[in-house]
Amino acid sequence: MTGRARVFGNDINTDYIITSRRKRESLDPAVLRHYVFEELDAGFAVTVEAGDWIVAGKNFGCGSAMEVAVTALLGAGIRAVAACSFSRTYFRNAVNNGLLPLECDTSGIGEGDRLTLADGQVRNETTGKAVAAARAPEMMREIIAAGGLVNYFRLHGDFPA
Amino acid sequence: MGGKTISEKILSAKSGVDARAGDVVVCRVDGAMGTDGSAPMAIDYFEAMGGQTVHDAASVAFALDHYAPAPDRATAQLHERLREFAGKYGIELWDVGQGIGHQLMVERGRAVPGSLVVGADSHAVTYGALNAFATGIGSSDLAAILICGRVWLRVPGTIRVNVAGCLGRGVYAKDAALALAAKLGADGAAYQALEFGGPGVAALDMDDRLVLSNFAVEMGAKNGIFPADGVTRQYLSGRTAAGFDAVEADADAGYLREIGLDLSELGPQVALPHQVDRVEPLERVAGTPVQMVYLGTCTGGRVKDFHQARDVLRAGGGVAGGAQLVVTPASRAVLETLAQDGTLAEFAAMGAVIGTPGCGSCCGTCGSIPGDGVHVISTANRNFKGRMGNSGAFIYLASPASCAAAAARGAITDPREIEA
Repeated sequence: MTGRARVFGNDINTDYIITSRRKRESLDPAVLRHYVFEELDAGFAVTVEAGDWIVAGKNFGCGSAMEVAVTALLGAGIRAVAACSFSRTYFRNAVNNGLLPLECDTSGIGEGDRLTLADGQVRNETTGKAVAAARAPEMMREIIAAGGLVNYFRLHGDFPA
Repeated sequence: MGGKTISEKILSAKSGVDARAGDVVVCRVDGAMGTDGSAPMAIDYFEAMGGQTVHDAASVAFALDHYAPAPDRATAQLHERLREFAGKYGIELWDVGQGIGHQLMVERGRAVPGSLVVGADSHAVTYGALNAFATGIGSSDLAAILICGRVWLRVPGTIRVNVAGCLGRGVYAKDAALALAAKLGADGAAYQALEFGGPGVAALDMDDRLVLSNFAVEMGAKNGIFPADGVTRQYLSGRTAAGFDAVEADADAGYLREIGLDLSELGPQVALPHQVDRVEPLERVAGTPVQMVYLGTCTGGRVKDFHQARDVLRAGGGVAGGAQLVVTPASRAVLETLAQDGTLAEFAAMGAVIGTPGCGSCCGTCGSIPGDGVHVISTANRNFKGRMGNSGAFIYLASPASCAAAAARGAITDPREIEA
């Protein structure tokens, strides 16, 4: 998996990812994609490209547990978020929707850097540096691999006994 | 293996395995709540997952609290969707005006000691005050619970918070919560449990505990859990017929770390815009003008909060010119109590805007929205930029008494300067 880094700072709360005001109008990721990060960077939504990665500091996705903060990014074509740490509700919502949450040291990653995930490492092709991403527990990896909880339930009908 | 924390014990009981910090376990949930902000999406997931029946409708409740009353057609339609789904499957629905889901979960005895109760909203941590393992989940999780009654959880490591002393005059549970947020930081307890204990707990009533548990998520915590004692049993008396056993931590439980919270040392605190953990002692920001004062939310919208605020406002001679006071009870029951004891009439006579019980202005989804450049002081738990519906506003967080003092003077004021 390779993508272009779109860099944000620490403590990016879910309302900064997508405001709850937009959620009132629509829950459709195809609609919400036009408003991602509008509070922080009004031009972001028009410059985002399929395959881009979100890169952030600590506590990404803090605040409200609203799941549109994950589905709106998926709607915008984002498939991975790399952050020093995640808020736990964002982390689980990411897992449950098949958005890859990568916990790693993101301090050396700059806007537009080319990133690749291989063998549990996030490799920065632009700088040549690589950092290890924390390995998620097996159950989470299974849900991510299924593409999220919907596909997991379609596949298995339930959690393991 | 050493002993277990309260969280490890509850998650062991609910998963049927020896659950230790770091394990991922699948647990049977005793209760689940969804709001109009999260449940419509849960229904989408439920249908996409192929849901045909609801596993245990009696354990689930929906609260129409984020858009109360519905400000537009789109949200009114979300409400219709929830009413239809709840009716079809026999799920209890708390309609517009009943109040905030979290408040109703505790008021109606849906969280008891030893239970695992989840809510598709981050402030579900509130029920930890009742010695329940309570945490926020997403809409997809709620959909899975509707189908199978279970949820996957990573067992959190625990930070033990040893509470000592008691709150001084003019200092409240909210000040303690803000001080704790300042100490730990907005992610200081990420993925972890906060377990409150120590000699200071006995002096905290249930309203105080609800404030501290509610704030756990503002430090990134998965849950904020209290032991059960006489205060817990008294609160639950008449609210539930369910039997329960208090869950205590083992004497040799393994904690990530232990921190102290001495209530006697605290003075009034204020969180400054736009971060919950940007907390200062109130005196450092005293005199900052405010134009809107918000009393309400799942943190500061209970009867005791409004009584404290009323006392300060009464002593301070009412609301200062140029300040708007917004009062939003956390539930219908709170509203009725305030109506019966005359508090509501007193607020109204001071010129307060009285809002519909619910989330109100807290997250900017309905209710009063502050204008550009407006400084708001609020009893809420979040002050992110744009939180109340306008990114041009500045939100300060404080206790109900401190908020009332600000309303009386038109500027941030130590409530101890006003209180009789």
